[in-house]
Amino acid sequence: MTVPHTVAAAATPEHQAEVAARVKAVEALMIEKGLMSTEAVDRVAEIYENEVGPQLGAKVVAKAWTDPEFKARLLENATVACAELGIGGLQGEEMVAVEDTDDVHHVIVCTLCSCYPWPVLGLPPNWYKQPAYRARIVREPRKVLREEFGYAVPDTTEVRVWDSSSELRYWVLPQRPAGTEDWSAEQLEALVTRDSMVGVGAPKAA
Amino acid sequence: MNGIHDLGGRDGLGAVAPPPPGVEPVWKAEWEKHAHAMFPLAFRAGHFGLDEFRFAMEQMEPVEYLTSAYYEHWLHAVEHYGVRAGALDPAEIEKRFQYYLENPDAPLPDHQDPALVEFIEAVIPAGASAARDTGKVAKFAVGDRVTVVADAPRGHTRKASYVRGKTGVIELAHGEMIYPDAAGNGQGEAPEHVYTVLFTNEELWGAEAAEPNGSVTFDVWEPYIVPAASQESAA
Repeated sequence: MTVPHTVAAAATPEHQAEVAARVKAVEALMIEKGLMSTEAVDRVAEIYENEVGPQLGAKVVAKAWTDPEFKARLLENATVACAELGIGGLQGEEMVAVEDTDDVHHVIVCTLCSCYPWPVLGLPPNWYKQPAYRARIVREPRKVLREEFGYAVPDTTEVRVWDSSSELRYWVLPQRPAGTEDWSAEQLEALVTRDSMVGVGAPKAA
Repeated sequence: MNGIHDLGGRDGLGAVAPPPPGVEPVWKAEWEKHAHAMFPLAFRAGHFGLDEFRFAMEQMEPVEYLTSAYYEHWLHAVEHYGVRAGALDPAEIEKRFQYYLENPDAPLPDHQDPALVEFIEAVIPAGASAARDTGKVAKFAVGDRVTVVADAPRGHTRKASYVRGKTGVIELAHGEMIYPDAAGNGQGEAPEHVYTVLFTNEELWGAEAAEPNGSVTFDVWEPYIVPAASQESAA
């Protein structure tokens, strides 16, 4: 696999050592000013490693697939519907769930920085933040989905890309996989991938 | 500003190259978790608002912007505003940087404060909404055809280059939110109505270059747009 040339320089051990030292320098000064602490850093890390991640979005999607009234509320106001499940917060203060159908497939991006719905998907993967995805997904989404993610969208399905330029945080309600009619919400959760909620992949097959 | 961050539609940036599913750690290096945590904690200290934070990243040296990891952008912004707030001294940063470069395993100062952990535990589930309600009446509604004004302001803006001068249809209306062209430039919140505008691929890229059967939505604040007809008659 090729490494995107725009990030190759950041990957050298020398550069990594310099960045690590610089982060440590700033952190040390902030700690001395009482603005930061290693316990606070550890708590942030723990939250995004173990508590807030795409498993929460998967829970919301599986509920929407099995509860039509919840799905209607989710599409009406995703922030309010997610709050019913205790899901919400930083970088998801105003969420909008967009529903995939046979007619339209949705994809999210932030071309200007890296806005991403943290409360349901956790922190964004590196490729989402890097220049190539941000530049190309609005210009040639079918090609990017097909060639980079192995995800071919039928020509008859519109591809709609949501550029998260304001504080609205969009994410995708993917289509329920075929052959899951009698599955429970708990079983369905395991089929919902992060990529399917970004729009760069399908849920796992049944 | 017409910055390097404004990437939508640029060609030649290479492969996206996502790794196989399941092999992406939350942090790809230990320093990333520290750089991430600086954002909410420096925000707590009052060093910047979210729009200002973005503006600092946009002013990075362009080659560095394109070639560095995203959390380096955050570090840049934290340093920029920490210095502005008088909390960080550039000479002291350089001194400590040299020290930790030569002593990478030297420990950080041990100074804990339960209030900082409490802040993290409060802000992550609560968030900090940019929605405001000043009672201002919306000038546009869902279904209106609008054109993005083609100005290129020098300060912070979210009016990306690739939508300037383009015409689309309002798909969603969201009420008033903090206006980045004010807040990002240190001019207060000045809330404006926000709309999601739907553009066809043909409108954005021309019939020849556009992928068929596709569209892009872009969120605009009210001052970014004018009624489509008035723009056409003016042109």
